[in-house]
Amino acid sequence: MHELSMAASIVEAVTESVAAYPGARVRQVRLRVGVLSAVVEDSLRFCWEIVTEGSALAGSELVVTVLPVVVHCASCNALSEVEYFGGLRCPRCGEPAGDVRQGRELEIESIEIEEAGEMEDAVASQTHRAGSRFPGGIEERV
Amino acid sequence: MSTRIVELRQGILKKNDQLARALRERFGAAGVLVLNLVSSPGTGKTSFLEITLRELRAQGARTAVLVGDLETDNDARRLARSGVPVKQVNTHGICHLDAEMVGRNLDVWEGLALADLDYLFIENVGNLVCPSSYDLGERIRVAMLSVTEGEDKPLKYPTLFNSADIAVITKIDLAAACEFNRELALGNLEAIRPGIRVFETSAKTGAGMEEWLRFLTSQQAGTMQS
Ligand SMILES: Nc1nc2c(ncn2[C@@H]2O[C@H](COP(=O)(O)OP(=O)(O)OP(=O)(O)O)[C@@H](O)[C@H]2O)c(=O)[nH]1
Ligand SMILES: [Mg+2]
Ligand SMILES: [Zn+2]
Repeated sequence: MHELSMAASIVEAVTESVAAYPGARVRQVRLRVGVLSAVVEDSLRFCWEIVTEGSALAGSELVVTVLPVVVHCASCNALSEVEYFGGLRCPRCGEPAGDVRQGRELEIESIEIEEAGEMEDAVASQTHRAGSRFPGGIEERV
Repeated sequence: MSTRIVELRQGILKKNDQLARALRERFGAAGVLVLNLVSSPGTGKTSFLEITLRELRAQGARTAVLVGDLETDNDARRLARSGVPVKQVNTHGICHLDAEMVGRNLDVWEGLALADLDYLFIENVGNLVCPSSYDLGERIRVAMLSVTEGEDKPLKYPTLFNSADIAVITKIDLAAACEFNRELALGNLEAIRPGIRVFETSAKTGAGMEEWLRFLTSQQAGTMQS
């Protein structure tokens, strides 16, 4: 149920971002999801098709990178990966370590898009590509 | 065929986080202490709140409650008996409250002015998974577990217990009957959220409520803007 809301939030955020590329279709959505984020990858995939239907994300692939929990230990001043169910303890010295530095992520890392011109006319796309479509605040690489 | 990668690096719940931040500022400016109560269905959130509201009212504190429920308004009616303003938020199948629902319900709450309140309690939908991801702008997130649920709840739902500021163990009047292993439960809470403060309470006997109310009072004094 929860993943359905998450998926809807992803579609909303991505839809806003692709608005800068009129007619573009989203091919892939890459997420970074921490182990502590309470998102179940399978459930997310399960509702992906339904949630993306009729949007620019229809037919897109979901790529999820799962990030392990990393804590900072105050006793030995070290960052270490910890086992999820074992509790938050420093694996080096065994002290409780509740300072979580990684593992809560719930992030859209990037999207792969295919622009409208390129789909309809491969030749025209060469000129389209030259146009500036850099939306504010979004880094871009080809 | 040529495609391009657009870097977004944006939180999936960015909208919620932004709304929650705005709510937190609003609550801070109004000097109201906001608590978000989260637990499994049936842990005893409503019972715990009923006593809390009654006692706070007796002390002259001004309190209100937002209660999230999938469909019914049973909890709201129970809580309203304590004489404080209560508003039901029916989520219609959504398994958690989010910042938008909280904001919207506060806006349409006739006769309620945040600045006139000392405390606002939010009883979340009974669920140990989904509410953990949704910041409601609260100052204190309270994770609750009852002695009847098993000592390993924090290990099974680390996300929620790790995101909590305070833990409350409820129904301690049933501890002996359930062969509740207190040390184990406290150890598991400590393992998931090192240093977390734990209150052990019973809505039946009132055990532990005095300490909880003292804690509330001290926290509310801390919301005053200097
Ligand atoms: N013995 C005992 N029973 C309790 C205590 N607190 C709650 N109960 C009982 O547990 C049941 C559930 O309590 P509620 O307060 O409705 O639980 P809740 O967490 O609000 O439940 P939902 O809102 O449905 O998630 C009720 O039958 C209560 O009477 C307690 O301290 N001791
Ligand atoms: Mg309830
Ligand atoms: Zn260490």
